[in-house]
Amino acid sequence: MSTAIDIRSVVKRYGTATALHGVSLSIADNEFFTLLGPSGCGKTTLLRCIAGFEDVTEGEIALFGQNIAGLDPNHRPVNTVFQQYALFPHMTVLDNVAFGLKMKGVPLSDRTARAGKMLEMVHLSAFADRLPAQLSGGQQQRVALARALAPEPKVLLLDEPLSALDLKLRQAMRVELKTLQEQTGITFIFVTHDQEEALTMSDRIAVMSQGRVQQIGTARDIYEAPVNRFVADFIGETNLIEVTVDRIEGETARVTLPGGHAITCPAAATTPGKHHLSIRPERLSLATTGDLTATVERVVYLGTDLQLLTRLPTGEEFHIRLQNSARTEIPAPGTTVALHLEEGAARLLAD
Amino acid sequence: MKGVRHYPGFLAMAVACLVILYAPLIVVTIYSFNGSTSITSWGGFSWRWYADVFTGPEAPRFKAAAWNSITIAVIAATSATAIAVAASLAMIRGGRFKGKSATFALINLPLMVPEIVIAVATLIFFSAIGLTTGYLTILIAHITFCIPFAYLPIAARLQGIEDAYEQAARDLYATRWQAFRLILMPLMMPGIISGFLLAFIISLDDFIITNFVKGAGMETLPTAIFGSVKQGIKPNIMAISTMMLAVSILFVTLSYYVNRIGQRTRS
Repeated sequence: MSTAIDIRSVVKRYGTATALHGVSLSIADNEFFTLLGPSGCGKTTLLRCIAGFEDVTEGEIALFGQNIAGLDPNHRPVNTVFQQYALFPHMTVLDNVAFGLKMKGVPLSDRTARAGKMLEMVHLSAFADRLPAQLSGGQQQRVALARALAPEPKVLLLDEPLSALDLKLRQAMRVELKTLQEQTGITFIFVTHDQEEALTMSDRIAVMSQGRVQQIGTARDIYEAPVNRFVADFIGETNLIEVTVDRIEGETARVTLPGGHAITCPAAATTPGKHHLSIRPERLSLATTGDLTATVERVVYLGTDLQLLTRLPTGEEFHIRLQNSARTEIPAPGTTVALHLEEGAARLLAD
Repeated sequence: MKGVRHYPGFLAMAVACLVILYAPLIVVTIYSFNGSTSITSWGGFSWRWYADVFTGPEAPRFKAAAWNSITIAVIAATSATAIAVAASLAMIRGGRFKGKSATFALINLPLMVPEIVIAVATLIFFSAIGLTTGYLTILIAHITFCIPFAYLPIAARLQGIEDAYEQAARDLYATRWQAFRLILMPLMMPGIISGFLLAFIISLDDFIITNFVKGAGMETLPTAIFGSVKQGIKPNIMAISTMMLAVSILFVTLSYYVNRIGQRTRS
């Protein structure tokens, strides 16, 4: 598979503030790639550097092998879907979609036909002559998509495009986006702070924090094998408990849990001593004898799940999620339960 | 909360303000249709003083002055608007630069400096560089003091336009110029039109500066009216004033509605 975008040691500074600290990553052709992180982590800055709205201070951005750092946005075969869509309010939907083709010098009849086809793809053919203000948020969003896809860019950049939509629409758009990406075969780079969005759509995800890439991998990689505390904490829900590492052998560690029970688990840390262990709340079950004991403080009924808020003997909070079924016995608050860790449920993190 | 109408003294204050501001205008407007030669006693409704403006003994003078006023207002408003568009782009889209607040102050200075000071200074400046006073000096002076009036509505409009629109255009292969011409300028248009109309009316109305820099034999409508009034107020002056008033009201109203339409189309 060829490389669509190659980002090499990109640094972006604004005066004395540094937004990107030497980011390097490679995005394959035809990939749905997500930049995920909290606000201020540098994900949007990185996207704007790829689009050409920001210059990189140091480093290179290569598009199919060609260095594009320094090119104006109109000379990059890359299009953007903006967070607030930025549809031209004085142009009809059709003219909006045809704009990129017009600027590229495509003759009127061709560009009208192609723009019409794009509108068909996003199910908005009936709205071609409307102004953007006459459309709903979800429709505007699809026009923005059609407009950015019409000139057939090599890479499509999406800057939190779903954040302005309500939940139902957002969920429907996730499926639609993924389908569009597969249909067009265009590389998508998707920026979001919503981990659920990232997990459901992406081929690979880069988790960013404080201007650095923390981890790159598939949804499963970053959820099940987070490399550090930030990733474990940011993706999904997790219990972080402090443990003593007795010894490390390659990729596994021997760890003593609070309460004295020792287990072997996969490890991202490399040195013995105090480290954090990540245990996903759904990878636990109640048992007669277990790896950990905890006191139940509160039971939250979530319908499909039960959430137990418990406390370890060390005083640390510990969350457990149990699937709701008729067979589930709900422990009463105040009782002490023994917890069994599933194989691979715990993972030792680097800090 | 209590409405402003219920504050003590509101009615008296409002009536006093309205009477002082508008009673003279109403009197002038009514007496411009007076059939008699007197400016105080009513002699029945008549268009005679309007006819007098166009055909009477002073008609050639008024016509020449009106022609000067209108051509100067058109050229001055157009130039000031163009300069104001460029200035607003630099101030609002130009990022941070050294002396930005000083530049802002300079653009708007003519609004705050007493007009008589500008008039004297401009006259001294023209004579210092040896420019003979006349049509050209009036035009230059008008362009200058019209800039802030054109700038304010244009800058206010531009401030409300997100820069994502231009970025979207650039992203879709538009050059800098195309992004301005096809996207930003149409979005700014209500502000531009409103700025132009305001500058036009300011130029058309100006007396003090014009009177200083016009030179001998050159008249605009306000200076011609003033010259005529010095020889005694005749009802034809009321007719001409009423016509100017009508034009002013028309332009200010237009400017207001253009702005309102602009606000509605902003998504």
